[in-house]
Formats: sequence, C-alpha cells, structure tokens
Amino acid sequence: MQAHDEAQTAPIVWNDEAELLAQNVSTFMAQHSSFEAVRKYMATPTGFDAQRYAQIAELGWLGAALPASYGGADLSVSALTGVVEAMGQRLYGSPFTATTLAAQVILLAGTEAQRSQLLPKLANGEAHAALALYEPHGAYDLEQIAAKAERTASGFVLHGDKAAVLDGQHADFVVIAARSGNDFVLLLAPKSALQGRIRSETLVDETRRSARISLEGLTLPIDAKLAGGDARAALEHAERVAWLLTAADAAGGAEGAMQLTLDYLRTRKQFGKPIGSYQALKHTMVEIMCLIEEGRSLLYRAATVFDQAGAEREISLRMAKAQLSETYAFAADRGIQFHGGMGFTYECHAQLFLRRAQHDLHAFGDALHHRRHLRESLFQI
Amino acid sequence: MEQPNEPTPAELDAFRNEVRAWIAKNAPPKPKWKLPDSFMEVGTDEQFAYLQAWQAKVYKAGYLGMTWPVEYGGGGKHSALQRVVTSEMARANVPFMVNVIGLMWAGPTILKLGTHEQKAEYIPKILSGEEIWCQGFSEPENGSDLANAQMTARREGDEYVLDGTKIWTSLGKYAAHMILLARTDKSGPSKYHGLSFFLAPMRIPNVTTVPIKKLTGEHGFTETHFEGARIQASRLLGREGDGWAVAINVLAFERGAEGGQAGGLAMVPLRVAQVIDVARKLTRDGKPAIDDPLVRERLLQFVIEERGLELSLQRTRIPALAGPRPFAIPMMGKLRVTEFRRRLCAFAVSLQGANANLYVGDPDAYSDGDWQRGYMNAFSATIGGGTSQIQMNIIGERVLGLGKG
Repeated sequence: MQAHDEAQTAPIVWNDEAELLAQNVSTFMAQHSSFEAVRKYMATPTGFDAQRYAQIAELGWLGAALPASYGGADLSVSALTGVVEAMGQRLYGSPFTATTLAAQVILLAGTEAQRSQLLPKLANGEAHAALALYEPHGAYDLEQIAAKAERTASGFVLHGDKAAVLDGQHADFVVIAARSGNDFVLLLAPKSALQGRIRSETLVDETRRSARISLEGLTLPIDAKLAGGDARAALEHAERVAWLLTAADAAGGAEGAMQLTLDYLRTRKQFGKPIGSYQALKHTMVEIMCLIEEGRSLLYRAATVFDQAGAEREISLRMAKAQLSETYAFAADRGIQFHGGMGFTYECHAQLFLRRAQHDLHAFGDALHHRRHLRESLFQI
Repeated sequence: MEQPNEPTPAELDAFRNEVRAWIAKNAPPKPKWKLPDSFMEVGTDEQFAYLQAWQAKVYKAGYLGMTWPVEYGGGGKHSALQRVVTSEMARANVPFMVNVIGLMWAGPTILKLGTHEQKAEYIPKILSGEEIWCQGFSEPENGSDLANAQMTARREGDEYVLDGTKIWTSLGKYAAHMILLARTDKSGPSKYHGLSFFLAPMRIPNVTTVPIKKLTGEHGFTETHFEGARIQASRLLGREGDGWAVAINVLAFERGAEGGQAGGLAMVPLRVAQVIDVARKLTRDGKPAIDDPLVRERLLQFVIEERGLELSLQRTRIPALAGPRPFAIPMMGKLRVTEFRRRLCAFAVSLQGANANLYVGDPDAYSDGDWQRGYMNAFSATIGGGTSQIQMNIIGERVLGLGKG
C-alpha cells in the first residue's frame, strides 16, 4: 500500500507555534471551563459564555487559521488540532467550530470583497457564523445535498431544509450549501432573512447547539452567492476541517472522560480496597489509555498531512475521525459503568462526556460512513 | 551516552542507498527448510548456524551496534543511522539478528551498569554473535511473580555456587552466557531483597539444559538446571543484593521502555499488507476472499491499528506530543504490538476456510502452514517477558496510578 509507505517517510511533524497555542488554550480551559461552568452555560439558550468567548476572540484564537490580511494569525487549520483537543477535554461549548467552518468556506469560495467584509468580524468575535451542510435525511455525503437554489431575475429562491447546523440559531449569518443545476452553490443568509425559519434541535449533547432551517421560498439577493471560488472544493475543505476538529474534540473528550473515571477508581473503595485495584476495571482503563494514545497518533498524523492534497490526507483524516470518535464513546460508556449507581445520575459528570461523545460520534460522518470510504480507497473495490 | 551529530537528511538518504545496495548484494539466500520467525523459535542446529552467520556478516559490515561505544566494538554513531539499517532490513525482509537477548537487553544493561572489564569481555562478542546470550529469570514455580525467584547463589571465596532451575530459556542450547537472577540472601525483609544479578557462563560443569517442546510441536527453549555450578564472583553485575534493581533495568530494555539497544531486526516483521495479500490470493466460496466486505472491514481495522501503533512509536521522539504521560507509549508497546500480532495471525488463519485446518507438513497447507504456526508462536511474545495481563497491571499501576490488586 502506497499510503503506508508515505506514513513511514514523514509520519508526524509538529511546530512550536501550534504547540504554544495548544498549551495556552489548555491552561485557559482548565481555568474557565470547570464542570460547574459547563453545567451553568449548557443550561442557557445559547449554550456558551459570551464574555469568555469575547476573551477568546481577543486572544486571537478565533482567527488563528485565517490570513493576517483578514485579522488572523496565518496558521494552518491543522494548528487548531491542539486548540479543539483542549476544548474537548473540558467539554467547552461555544460557536468556535461552527464559526471556523463558515470562515473556511468563505475564505475559499468568497470574493475578495466578501472575505474582507466578513472574515475580520469572525476573527475578532464581532460576528458568529454557521455552515448549513446537512439535511433532515441525515446523509453525510455531499452528493446527497438536495436543497435547491433556483436562479431568478433578482437573485435566488431556495427549496428544501437544512439540519444539524452547528450554532445556527445564534449565528449572525449562515452559509447555505445548495444545488444549482448540477453544481453546488454557497449562499450567505443574514440572520434577518432567516427569521421564523430556524428551529433549535434538542440534542443528546447539552453542551452544543444546532438548528434546523427551513429554506422553502427563502429569497436571497444575487450578491448572497459566494462567487470567488469553487463551491465544491470549499465544501470538501469544510468537511476535512470538520473531520479534523471533531477527531480533536474526541481525543480531548476521551482524555477528560478517562481522567474523571480514574479519579473515581483511585478514591472509591469497596470490599476495603480502591476499586481501581480490581483488574476488571484496571485492565479496561489501560485499554482505554492505549486507544487514546494510538488515536492521538492518528490525529497528529492527520494534522501533519492536512495541507497536502492527495489520498493520504483523506485516509488519515477519516481514520482519525472514525477511530477517535469510537474511542471517546467507549471511554465515556465505561465511565458511566465504572461510576456505578452514581454514574446513572444526571449529577455525575460522567454523563456530560457520554452525551458529548454521542455528538462527536454522529456528526460529520459516523464511523460506519468513514470506514466505508476507507475500504473503498484502501482496497479499490 | 553522548549522541554524535545528527546526520542531515541528505546524509541519511545517501546512507539508506548504501544500506539498500549492501542488503541487495549480501542478503542470505532463502534456505530449503523453514526459518523461524523469532529467536524464541530457533529449534534446529542448521537454523541457528544460518542465523549466526548472518549476524556476523551484518556486524562485520558495520550495521549492528552502530550507536554503541567504539572501544567495545560498537560504531559510535548516531541512532538515526541504526534506525535506517533496521527499517531497511524490515523492508527487505531479511532474517533477524539471532543474539536478541544480548543485543536488545543484556548488552544495554551491561553497558549501563557493568564494569569496564565486563563491557570489554562481553560486548564485542554479543555484537559479532560469537557468544549467544540467554535469560534466566522465570522458574518453574515463579513466572509472572519474577521477584519471587528461589534459585540460590551461595558465596564461597571468589566464587558463587548456583543451585536451582530456570525455565523457558530461549536459545538455551546455544548460549554461552545467561543473565541470571538468583537469591544470595533469604533473610531480607521482602522478596525484593537478597536477589543478585549474574552474567553466568552456560558451558561449565553442573549446568544442564533439557529441551522443551512447544505447542507447535517444535523445540525452541530449554529448562536449565544448575546443580552446584561454580562461577567466578566477577560474574556479578552490580552489587550483591541489588539484583532486583538490575532486573528492572533489563525489563525496561526488553519491553522497549528504554532505548539503547544494538538495533537490527529482532524478529520477522509482520505487516497487515501481507495478510491483505493473503486475502487477495485465497478464494472463499469461489471468490477472492477480499471481495467479501466483512473481510475488508476486518482488514481495515487491522490497518488502522497498525498505523496507530507505528505512529505512536514515532510520536515518542517528539516530546511536545508525548502528552501528560511520557512513559505511556514506551510502556504499552510490548502489550499492544504482541497482542496485535497474535490477532492478525489468527485472522490470516481464519481466511483459509476449511483448509485452515491443515498444518505444517501437509502438502496442501496454505503457505506450508506458516500462519497456523505463526499464530501459535505469537503467544511466546504475549506470555514471555511478562504476560499481557501483567503488562496491563504495570501500566494501570505505574502510568494510571491505580492501586495494586
């Protein structure tokens, strides 16, 4: 297999800037995203702490992967790996991923005027944005996008529905992916145009927000179209960003779930001994740790090749997404079980990880989906 | 050890080409009989002689012990060069280095803890393969509970007198020396006290080896009996009574938790690509096995796991990426790699359908029963050197901070 040979020659590369950024975020999250804070903000309509989020914008993390000319730090998207891993470990809820996805699409497909008007506002936190990709039928493949944008004399009229739009309900504008003939088209819809069309989805994961958007009859002006680049290429890029960031969130979340469980296993005593001394529990925790370490290796590999076009990039990303989201789900699942009766309560923090793991598992392609694509690309059948 | 200057990428490339050319010219021809997959499976004299000659050739070419000190026969070079050699050997699928215990764990331990005289006496012949080493840790009554070793070493003047039995002695029949854990004092406060570590000669009076037949039906190791065998006191490594601390060092080298090994292949590498190849060649119900989507799914999972394992070993070289548990990856390597190999072999057997029941020696056995034999032999690594279950206890306790059972 050729992919494998590549993996042997340049497996994992890391840079100091990304490492420093990840460390800063990790420290910040440890301080500001305690379980108490997570529970406080997940009970609010928007699901996040606006003040803290403004601070994150000020620190420059929202624009980390945008060019300096739009107020960004000019890093690769891969530098967000450590950022989102640190956020995931602390169950941090915010429109960070949603805004990143929208910003990346605008960067690739927007005109210079659109980019210079919108991206600086996203980088400095003045505006939130979302990307409307998926639809109520639940398919992951871009080819299944059915929403239509019909060209009219004055602009576009839309048909269909969007679903699982991360942070769509509080976005200042939403980038809508639709079909126009055989091509994809990306349209910018401001909040005002979407009045009465947005329904908040009730999610298993209470730390996140997503929305359904009814597009039927929505009219948008001609300049709503992102007209500076190839829409399909931008959507494929957005998918890859989403795979990387979801895998990163899962890596962090699995670590968080494991640490919570380990704390309990070290202190909880039954039959006169800490329960972590029993091998049935100890060995499972070792299995989880090994899966996390191996998963993190897959994740950093995916980050390493993120900017290199080719089959190896897609393979690395899909493997990281599939493997880490399942590892997270397993770590969180055992976290509930090993907390015993307490694990079954809402009060126990283990549930926060279990619920968020479910989201990482099923958002942006579940493991079955990615494995199908991986089988196709590895075995050419 | 002070690392010499790191070679530039261009130097590494040039060196890689040199090694490739050397291997192409010097790799030994495949013998008519079956070669073992690891040093634990060397069962016949012709296998041993073939492998010993190959190691001598590699050492003479300067491709073994490249990082070890020049004064003891090493190359004094940067470890990146040895890694190139080892990976090229894996790539070319040449035989492994037979003196694995000497090269991978006895040698590094002697270099770390031995006297100048000990290093000068043993290290050069470890590298050349002239003197084979074996390990005397397990006893019939003490396997996983290594510190409970009961074999005794009694000091008499300038000598120690050895009494007891060691078991699972790989290469026991061919070894010149044994790294040996024996009890010099039984009055200590715990089993960890009173153990001493010896570099014991094997070819002396009152040492006998008895071959043990493995589940595969082949010979591979011996039971080694010491009945009043006398050795020089200078054979002690470290101080008398410090044997457990020395043994911990050996285990760290053996399990790959500490670096400094001589390099070279330690066993025939097994890659998922080989099993994918099997799945392409074999038919199931009239179609290539790989046409079955469930077969492909299982293969994919092995590919993902293999990548995870290999990338993890790579990641240990990037401290920033080691994360909150710098020792996790080195400590889990033995557990994960050996278990992976066992499962992969078992899967390759299962691909063969009804013919999976044919074993080595049957004229119709697929690949002469290699996978069947390989599956059974894979247990040597999931049990030897500390069972997988003991590895999980160690990782759970030392890395995750969970209490002892």
